[in-house]
Amino acid sequence: MPRIGVVTFPGSLDDHDALRAVQLSGAEAVPLWHGSDSIDGVDAIILPGGFSYGDYLRCGAIARFSPVMSTVIDAAGKGMPVLGICNGFQLLCEAHLLEGAMIRNAGQQFVCRDERLRVETIDTTWTCAFTKGDEITIVLKNGEGNYQASAETLRKLEDNDQVVFRYLDNPNGSANDIAGITNERGNVVGLMPHPEHNVESLTGPSTDGARFFASVLQFLSVRA
Amino acid sequence: MSRVVVNVMPKPEILDPQGKAVTGALQRLGFQGLSVRQGKRFEIEVDGEVTEEVLAQIERAADTLLANTVIESFDVVTD
Repeated sequence: MPRIGVVTFPGSLDDHDALRAVQLSGAEAVPLWHGSDSIDGVDAIILPGGFSYGDYLRCGAIARFSPVMSTVIDAAGKGMPVLGICNGFQLLCEAHLLEGAMIRNAGQQFVCRDERLRVETIDTTWTCAFTKGDEITIVLKNGEGNYQASAETLRKLEDNDQVVFRYLDNPNGSANDIAGITNERGNVVGLMPHPEHNVESLTGPSTDGARFFASVLQFLSVRA
Repeated sequence: MSRVVVNVMPKPEILDPQGKAVTGALQRLGFQGLSVRQGKRFEIEVDGEVTEEVLAQIERAADTLLANTVIESFDVVTD
């Protein structure tokens, strides 16, 4: 059975939801700890949402230097699937595993709502079970989700097909309506909306989030 | 003990929602013609003299942690 790790940082909020989503997908959920440089031999890693280290300085800026991150950066460089959700996405940008950065929402408001997204590429370890152009509903909740990058970086992301998700109704001023991106290799994906909250019909308007986890399992099974 | 200050500002081409909100509030309060960009100031106490070496180290610290140079610029000033 594939083992998927979820890192808990001080201030993580959605680590348990992510662990539960992993479990529901049929993989073994492995809790990982920010203070240890071990990732316990997992096959994939999720950096969950929340407010790591109180989001002091900048979101994800301090968590990026926690012991576990050196191992995560190393594993990502070797091709391990890594998914950063919300604070995890901010963390991946701070760690330079993904390009660009998040600033405060354009409307200065914390936004919490079900968000419509379009899947722009399925050429990643976390979206291979989607169909390109799929429109999905995933809950969004953040105050600093406004994705920004230099014009040059944006052009590169667009040209290389690294924009993974786009907002249908941009909630926060993100450049090019970007909700999520991937690295050049397609193994590291970050997005602001929370797929781990959309895996059960009881608690969400869709179960579209389950396909993120189905994707990584499909990728791992093909690779194995 | 000497002090070195690191000022971090959002890059000019990056939207600054906080500065924009402050600008709007100032206008509503009757302060006209003021446009604000909001940044951060770090006051760093240094043991001993502020040498070139110390400044270079603070420069590195600012570049590594204090500022995210994707969206922010910084300067280092001896106080």
